[in-house]
Order: sequence, then C-alpha cells, then structure tokens
Amino acid sequence: MNVALTRAEAKSETGHAPSDAFAVARARLPGTAEVAAARQQAFDAYQRAGLPHRRMEDWKYTDLRMLMREVLPLAAAPDATALARAGAALKLHAIEGARRLVLVDGVFAPTLSELADPEQGLGIRTLREVLETGDAALHVQLPVPDNSDAMVALNSAMMTDGLVIEVADGAALTRPLHVVHIAGGATPAAMFTRSMLRLGDAASATLVESYIAAEGAKAYQVHDSLLLGIGDGARLDHVRLVEDGREAFNISSSVVRLGAKAHFNTFGMTSGSHVSRYQAVIAFAGEDSRVETNGVNLLNGRQHADSTLFLDHAVPNCASREIFRAVVDDRGHSVFQGRIIVRPKAQKTDAKMMTRALLLSDEAEADNKPELEIFADDVTCGHGATTGALDDSLLFYLRARGLSEKQAQALLIQAFVGEAIEQIASDALRELAISAAERWLAARG
Amino acid sequence: MTALLQVKDLQVRVEEREILHGLSLTVNKGEVHAIMGPNGSGKSTLSHVIAGKPGYEVTGGEILFNGEDLLAMAPDQRSAKGVFLAFQYPVEIPGVATMTFLRTALNAQRKARGESEFSTPDFLKKVRSVAASLNIPQDMLRRGVNVGFSGGEKKRNEILQMALFEPSLCILDEMDSGLDIDALRVAADGVNALRSPDRAMVVITHYQRLLNYIVPDVVHVMSKGRVVKSGGKELALELEASGYAQFEDAA
Repeated sequence: MNVALTRAEAKSETGHAPSDAFAVARARLPGTAEVAAARQQAFDAYQRAGLPHRRMEDWKYTDLRMLMREVLPLAAAPDATALARAGAALKLHAIEGARRLVLVDGVFAPTLSELADPEQGLGIRTLREVLETGDAALHVQLPVPDNSDAMVALNSAMMTDGLVIEVADGAALTRPLHVVHIAGGATPAAMFTRSMLRLGDAASATLVESYIAAEGAKAYQVHDSLLLGIGDGARLDHVRLVEDGREAFNISSSVVRLGAKAHFNTFGMTSGSHVSRYQAVIAFAGEDSRVETNGVNLLNGRQHADSTLFLDHAVPNCASREIFRAVVDDRGHSVFQGRIIVRPKAQKTDAKMMTRALLLSDEAEADNKPELEIFADDVTCGHGATTGALDDSLLFYLRARGLSEKQAQALLIQAFVGEAIEQIASDALRELAISAAERWLAARG
Repeated sequence: MTALLQVKDLQVRVEEREILHGLSLTVNKGEVHAIMGPNGSGKSTLSHVIAGKPGYEVTGGEILFNGEDLLAMAPDQRSAKGVFLAFQYPVEIPGVATMTFLRTALNAQRKARGESEFSTPDFLKKVRSVAASLNIPQDMLRRGVNVGFSGGEKKRNEILQMALFEPSLCILDEMDSGLDIDALRVAADGVNALRSPDRAMVVITHYQRLLNYIVPDVVHVMSKGRVVKSGGKELALELEASGYAQFEDAA
C-alpha cells in the first residue's frame, strides 16, 4: 500500500502523463502487429522508469525531470509549408557531393532527399517502410537496442521514421551519406526517429548527421537513435553536428558494434539546442579493431550539453582514443562522461581518453567524469581531464599584436577545439565542423 | 624633433608594491634609446605598461604617444597606433598557425586604422620577402606560433612581426636573453634594417653587448624605478666597466 503510494508520487514528478501522448499517437505509429506489441513493451518500460533524473548515476548531471519536464506530443507530418521552410534551411549544412537524406519533423521527406541511382552495394529504405512491410531479419534488431535506458525505450515506443541503410560486403561508398534532421513545424512538438546503418565486411562509408532547425521552429524535441553495425575489415567515418534551435531539446542515443579489424572514426559537435544529451555505446566484438571518438561542446547562455560515451572492450587487441573538448561561456553547462570497460578477456587493449574544458565565465560549469574499469591485466589504458580558463599571457600576446579581446579569444578557442576537429578525416567535413564553430564564435559578438 | 613617446612622472604598482616611482622619458622619432639597469630596476615593467599588459596599476603620471593618452587605450588599440613590444619570452600558441596569426593581426591593425585588408597573395608575398631577409624558413611559418621554436627562432619571429606590422615605436625587451652570439647578430641585423627616421626604438637590456650590434643614440640607466642617468652611447661602455652599483647608491 505504502509502496504503491510512493510509486504513484514518483510518477507524478515526471509531469504531464506521457501515457496519453502514446495512446493518442498510437494510431499514427507505423508497423505490423508485431511492431505494435514491441512498442507497447517499450512504452511500459519507459512508463516504469519515467524521465531520467539526477539520482540515477548515468543521468546525474542531466536531470531531464528538471530540464525537460515533459515529453511533447508527437509532431504532425510536415505539410507543404514545413517542407518549404525545411528546404530553405538545408543550405546551412550543405555538403558538396553528399547523398542527402532528409527527415522533416521526424518524417522522411523524399522531395528534399536523393534516393535515385544508388551506388553499387548501397540499399536505402525508410524505417516506416521496414516497419510496415515486416522485414523479419531487421525486426529482430530494430526495435530492441536496450530498453533499460528510459529514453531509448521511449524512442523504441514512438519511433516514426528514419533511414535503414545497408552497404554490401566490399562496397566502398565514395559519396558521404548525409542524414539531416530538420524541425520544420512552428508548433512545439516531439519527433522520434531511428536510423540504422549496416556496413558489410570490408566495406567503407561516411555518415554525416545534421540536426538543424528551419526558421521559426521554436521549442521542439528531437528523440533520435542510431544503430551502427560495422563488419569485419570495414571502416566507417561518422560526423554528427547538433546545431538545433536554441529552445530545442535533443536526446540521441547510438549503439555501435564493430567486427574484427574494423575502424570507426566518429566526431560529434554540439553548438546548438537548449538541452542535449548524446549517449553512445560502442562495443568491440572482433579483435584488432580501432575506434576514435572525438567531440566538442560549444555552449553559452544557459545551454546544457551532455556527452556520455561507453566503450566496451570485450575482446583482445583493440584500441580506442577519445578526445573531448568543451568551451563553456555564460551560464552554460557541459557534461562529459566517458566510461571504458576492459573485460577480462580483452588483453592488449590500448585505450586512452582525454577531456579538457575551457570555462569563459565564472558561472560556466563543466563536469568531466572519466571512468576506467579494467578487468584484464595486460593493457595500456589512460585518461586525463583538465578544466581551466584561457591563458592570460596568450591573450595579452595576441592583443599586443592588434587583436581585439573577442578576436584573441576566438583564435585561442579555435585552437583549443582544433585538436578534436582535426581528427575528422575528410577535408570537406572538417570545414563543415569549423564553419559551425565559427558561427558559434561569431554569435558571441 | 617630434616627441613620439613621452613618459611623464610615471608611478606604477603591482599588487600593492610600487615598482616605478616617477619615471620620465622622452623618445623622438628616428632615435634609438637603450634602457639599462640591474634586475628589478623596473625595465620590463616599463615595457609592459607601455604595451598595456593587465595587472599593473598606474597610480600617477602619464604616457603620451604622438600626443595621445596611451594609458586610455586597450592593448590592441595601442598596437594599431604603432606601438610594438618584442617580448622577452614570446609565448607558444599551439594550434594557431603562424601564418593565420600574422594575417589576423596585420589585418586587425589595418582595419582599426581604417585601411583596407591585405589580399591573400599580397600578404603571402610580403611575409615571404620579410621571412627570407631574416633567414626564417617557410616551414617555421606553417607551424603553430612559436611552437617548438628555439630561443633564436622565437626572437626572429618577433622581428618578423615588427617588419611586417611597421610600427612607429618598437620596444625590444631583453632581446639578447637566451641568444648565442650568432643568433644575436641575425636578430640585431633585422632590427637595424628597420631603423628609419620615422621610427623610434627602445632597447631594454642588462648588458652592453647588445649595444655593440644595435648602436643607440641615447642610453638611460634605470635603478629602483627611476631613470637615474642619461647620456650618449659611451655611457653604456662606462657601465660595462664600473657596474650598476654607483647608481644604486644614487637612487
């Protein structure tokens, strides 16, 4: 009796009852009966947990009950106006030569995308199509990454669309795949997307994810998830740029699995959105593989951005490198949680993680939480974390040479984040990240 | 003679301790002044205050540059007006390419003066010719500012900037520190090439040695935060022979 009462109270802390949102949206959610059942299970899991809060270790610094309070209703499918506005916004992240795949308000927009003439070995479908037609092989993987995380469970319940991309064994895609998430609607709403990329053995591809807003898009929520499977001997380059509107929420999760002799280079930068969380689980399933995961947070005003990475060294002879940089101004709050687990069998693991934060104001906050859990005895592992302000002697040197205070700061900030941005292999994508950083710097005045 | 720099009765504190107690100095266009003095006499403080380094509190006196109140200007404004400090210890700035730095600085100064910015080809041409005259290899320009540079290379990089920005007042703070005799000669040749009727230089040094290479018009001796004696270049030789002790008593 007592217990039931406590639970009821705990639930009311989550604010607006999301069960209504699910009930209302259910009829619009695509999928076979099997999918519908999986959605219900996932939603039940979400309902039991509610929005994550600070008393949960993984969410300690990002209390969604405080920061987000409620999950907004499912966004309406974009009308002609929303599509036109989204189309106009695309130029912000235009990449020469990329194959653009656009999701507007969580729905695939064929008129803004390029599906024609796929390269040899490239297959692209929408999530909606896969859920509705019932691809048994994919159904096993798609709806169930790990619903133990409430936000992943919510995404599993509500996912409406996304891209399901398959790259055949040995195929080397020359054009980057560019998935663009755009908020096009003017009313506050939530979009739920899930995408998947399966890279065959010895295949290679570049995946770029952009999160941007059309003009006039206000308080919206992005709930996204990404499943990546990287085959033996395959290489995936991944760049993720969050430049959402300043009232937006972006809660995204990635689940990555690497085969043997595989290579995954991933870079993420968050300079937009009001509150964002990116959580990635990267698991080594085959030997002699390598992961480079690099990230940058550029925050000001009252922005909050959380990058939570979990590297699972389950097998021997794999290497991982993490370089993370945060620049925080005003009352911004940056969170970096990097957990590396080296399981008992994972001998000869070589794992390093370095995170540095630069605070530009007295009220800025950066929380760095590196965690190493090592159960093997023949490994090279290390981590470091620093937090500090810009070096006054460097600032004075630059000002003595004619740079204004803002210019001098901008040059030093660019140098500070440069070490992470330089890890992007492609020149064009590095330029794209640099231009996003420059927009953030320019907005500081 | 036109007074380019006038320091009048300057009093400066650092963290409650007075370092300069009423220092006066006038430097005219075309002149090279040497400021000599023992450690702790306030030589570097003077150079920092002229350049606008934070952390110094001016409690009295004034500094006029071309008749304008220099102390009212931010460091970058002073730079645009033509004040250049060659640092005793030039800082290393990893991640900022030397070329990017030079170009940003040069164009910032030109913009502040209402001049047009240099185009990329013009800028490159200018840097290359100046670098060649100072024996600065192209590879040095591609690296981060001063990163991995030797002491001599750092000083040459300062002179490169001086040649590029064409300031009207150059303050060389202990340019000879950390340089061997060959590096010193290269640096001094670079400085001498910049001597001009429109430009003045203030050379701060402990030792007379540097003044064999950069021959001054006027020599000042500083002790305990004041200029205690001024004279011609022969004063430097006198100091070399008799040391600073006589002036410490005088102060």
